[in-house]
Amino acid sequence: MGSGIGASVLRVEDQRFITGTGTYTDDIQRPGQSHAYIVRATTAHGIIKKVDVSHALSAPGVIAAYNGADLQADKIGILPCGWMTMNIDGTPMFSPTMPVVAHDRVRYVGEPIAVVIAESVHQAKDAAELIEIEIDDLPAVASIERAIAPGAPIVWDGAKGNVGFHWHIGAEAPVTAAFARAAHIAKMDLVNSRIICNSMEPRAVCAEFDVGKGEFTLYLSSQNPHVQRILLATASLGFPEHKIRVISPDVGGGFGIKAMHYHEEVIACWAARKLGRPVRWTSERSEAFISDRHGRDHQTHVELALDKDAKFIGLRVSTHANMGGYYSTFGPAIPTFFYATLLSGTYPIPAIYCDVTGVLTNTVPVDAYRGAGRPEATYVIERIVDRAADDLGMDPAELRRRNLIPVDAFPYKTPMGSEYDSGQYELALDKALALSDYKGFEARRAEAKTRGKLRGIGLSSYIEACGAAPSKIVMANGGGSGMFESATVRVNPTGGVIVMTGTHSHGQGHETTFAQVVSDKLSIPMEQIEIVHGDTARTPFGLGTNGSRSLALGGTAIIKALDKIIAKGKKITSHVLEAAEADIIFENGRFSVVGTDKGLAFGELAFTAHAPARFPTDEIEPGLEETAFFDPVNFTFPAGVHVCELEIDPDTGTTDIVAYSVVDDFGNIVNPMIVDGQVHGGTVQGIGQALLENCVYDEDSAQLLSGSLMDYCLPRADDVPNFKLDYIVTPSPHNALGVKGCGEAGAIAATPAVMNAVVDALQPAGVQDISMPATPLKIWNALQAAKAAA
Amino acid sequence: MYSFNYVRPSSVAEAVKALNGGNFLSGGMTLLPSLKMRLARPETLVDLAGIAELTGITIEGDRLCIGAMTRHSDVASSADIQRVLPALAELAGGIGDPLVRNRGTIGGSIANSDPSADYPAAAVALDATIVTDRREIPASSFFTGLFTTALQAGELVTRIKFPMIKRAAYAKFPSPASRYAMVGVMVVDTGKGVRVAVTGAGPCVFRQEAFEKALDQNFAPQAIDGIVVSAEGLNQDLFGTPEYRANLISVMTRRAVAAVQARR
Repeated sequence: MGSGIGASVLRVEDQRFITGTGTYTDDIQRPGQSHAYIVRATTAHGIIKKVDVSHALSAPGVIAAYNGADLQADKIGILPCGWMTMNIDGTPMFSPTMPVVAHDRVRYVGEPIAVVIAESVHQAKDAAELIEIEIDDLPAVASIERAIAPGAPIVWDGAKGNVGFHWHIGAEAPVTAAFARAAHIAKMDLVNSRIICNSMEPRAVCAEFDVGKGEFTLYLSSQNPHVQRILLATASLGFPEHKIRVISPDVGGGFGIKAMHYHEEVIACWAARKLGRPVRWTSERSEAFISDRHGRDHQTHVELALDKDAKFIGLRVSTHANMGGYYSTFGPAIPTFFYATLLSGTYPIPAIYCDVTGVLTNTVPVDAYRGAGRPEATYVIERIVDRAADDLGMDPAELRRRNLIPVDAFPYKTPMGSEYDSGQYELALDKALALSDYKGFEARRAEAKTRGKLRGIGLSSYIEACGAAPSKIVMANGGGSGMFESATVRVNPTGGVIVMTGTHSHGQGHETTFAQVVSDKLSIPMEQIEIVHGDTARTPFGLGTNGSRSLALGGTAIIKALDKIIAKGKKITSHVLEAAEADIIFENGRFSVVGTDKGLAFGELAFTAHAPARFPTDEIEPGLEETAFFDPVNFTFPAGVHVCELEIDPDTGTTDIVAYSVVDDFGNIVNPMIVDGQVHGGTVQGIGQALLENCVYDEDSAQLLSGSLMDYCLPRADDVPNFKLDYIVTPSPHNALGVKGCGEAGAIAATPAVMNAVVDALQPAGVQDISMPATPLKIWNALQAAKAAA
Repeated sequence: MYSFNYVRPSSVAEAVKALNGGNFLSGGMTLLPSLKMRLARPETLVDLAGIAELTGITIEGDRLCIGAMTRHSDVASSADIQRVLPALAELAGGIGDPLVRNRGTIGGSIANSDPSADYPAAAVALDATIVTDRREIPASSFFTGLFTTALQAGELVTRIKFPMIKRAAYAKFPSPASRYAMVGVMVVDTGKGVRVAVTGAGPCVFRQEAFEKALDQNFAPQAIDGIVVSAEGLNQDLFGTPEYRANLISVMTRRAVAAVQARR
């Protein structure tokens, strides 16, 4: 049928998205609602002497104004960090506490220090100007280099040298031995630049408290409403979980930053109860820049040891990760477990050691951003492989081919503990080289030269770990909870199917993809299927959508629930048709007795289950509803190859991507059109990081200088090329759908491919390396420096 | 934004009378964001959108006259302007994005003297005349500095008069993020001499006289080779150093000259 697995079904949610009839959190209006305005620190580091809200209280329209002490007095808790990283010496990491509203010290520009609640946002803003704030400035520090330098300003008194944790993974001795026998060692220093996410829909909150029932309802633009509810219940708000309902309606982009627990949802809930009125808050764009969690921000020294045959024999990685002023919800997990476990890339490197220093600075806390740790790993390995090829005078494609994990090596266990499920890495490379006409590149480079352009080509052979996660593995590595997924399938008496999932789409198109899975399994049309997500009262507990997990885990939970539905349907059919249960088959939407024309259509079965006269209800319960949970045995490991070809204008330093080829292995694909879109979007974000997105903090004041879209350059349609996409399919053996996940691959693979191409283009002009983002100014400066040195 | 009084007059005389220390609102492309960010706090906004006499594109004798409230999109798509002064239509078509071009006005751009606005380069290179409710001001003495002009308090730009010159072109290097001109160069070959005006690079639009002299001798991109542009006093931001901008002045001038040469 046309809506099953493998069909490019048009997205059912797009009708409402593109006609303006979606419902986002800010669209939800509640009777008697009030508006919160958050007063934020304008200084990056200081001791709070006074936050006096009394004058604001008498301003027109003001309902209430609070400072951090007011929340403390009401015993409002902290914003917890859900991941415990251990130091190399076995001690736990330094754990700063993040208040909902700062009361004694501020640690980054943008940190909440007071709240005004008024009849309108404008009145709240007017009143906020009347708050008397006295903060004694302390010296501030924004960058890793400055934070770890001797004598640096100290962000947390308990974190000596601003080191929050020093973690490691891998055995050092085999690495030392490998380097001792290496024929060549490639080395480089890499920056993985800081990213400001900028989801199209900003974060938004609307909270209300039903005094009669003693219950909160929180509307929240979130990727994981159940997780937010637990954190509200147990850490920040302190209220019984079953008395909190979190509803995340349509969510306009998240990319990771809407998976964290933030100040504003706690403030809104607390104030709504205190005031007896709904309290809402919607972030403004400039507010998002200084309050949404940032991404990436690593500095890494990497060394790759090769033997005389140019085989990789050892990898040594030392990374400093900027954590910001506090640990965000998943902060320490990202540059440790979700990063270093993938440093083997697509290569069988027998010895790997990595240490990671989490550095505290006076900047916005850093957490997951599309890929979350895995892009940083791919960036390290794919850049050092190119450096090694360059050192050896080898073609980077050939060096990769020589080292790729062969097809017969799966499952392949890396020294970092990851066990790759399946893959055909060389096939992906071959296809990508063909798709990009890699062989013909030198002729194109020569032609570009006649036009005065520097042309370059770059590869990356990426890997990622998706389907987070096997709960045992995550919890053994510092995770505070399991990461399984759930689904409830409810078949209505008239044959319609409602699927309630613990995942939540923030643009991925789950309402379409999940319905296709159901349509395929039950052979019923899409119109008969409804996907429900984003509401803790309507869906079973699940961990939400992040880490490209939803189809691999949520989809598999749906399959498991459908299996239970079909099994029950067979039981019922056997009674109705008076046949042995073992003789009942379910095919093409029909329960039938094998070898006969006797059977029940799915709709007939659905009605029969709800009109239980023809089967024994003491043996088989009436109704047709099943729930399943799925905890995977392993991650899934999508992989593939990106090839970027670009031209640099040496007069201006401008980069023009002229061709871009992608070959992905996501295992089985449910909706190819949606997957294409995910690859496009991810790749554009990777290109954005590589070439455009320049997050800059002032070194002395730790003020964010790139604090608006006038200063922070997001990619636009005319910044990116048309993409050539192709796929290979090696199903994952770890879930019933054989899927691997596609949401982050583009953002993971693109940055190294683009940067390898930039370096390839610049090398003939004497530039050996350049850091992200390779902006026109940076490229032009590098070319001038090379010219001067020549 | 803060509260303000809003007035929407239907004539220039009423507008000037209503101003009372407030702000004229033309396209609002700068003023409205400033209000939203609470960076501006006018008592009164006098919206010029209802004044018919401020809009329109006419040819009067040897002059192209454009009403101050004429939107960028109207300049870009005007068949008359494309015919008599194509460089100006092209410049207008490259301002911001479609939303900006449908709201922003030529008068607003000129009166604001934003260092990275495009129109000032055209006005100065073409030696336009800025007409106000009180007088006519040559463009050469209109732009006096960063966001400052020769306009007196309460003086309203009503129209801009341009000579009609086909041999002119504008080359812009846009800021990657804002798409404002980091450097924009308007090159005009008047037949009696070459004029080169630069926007984006300094605090205010300026002419590049050394280039003009060289191009007077030889109107070709390579004519300016070897002429060093001083970086002193040029703008510095996240996207460009003074040295980078100095380089871009040369690069964009060459491109504008080549574009003039390519005109039929």
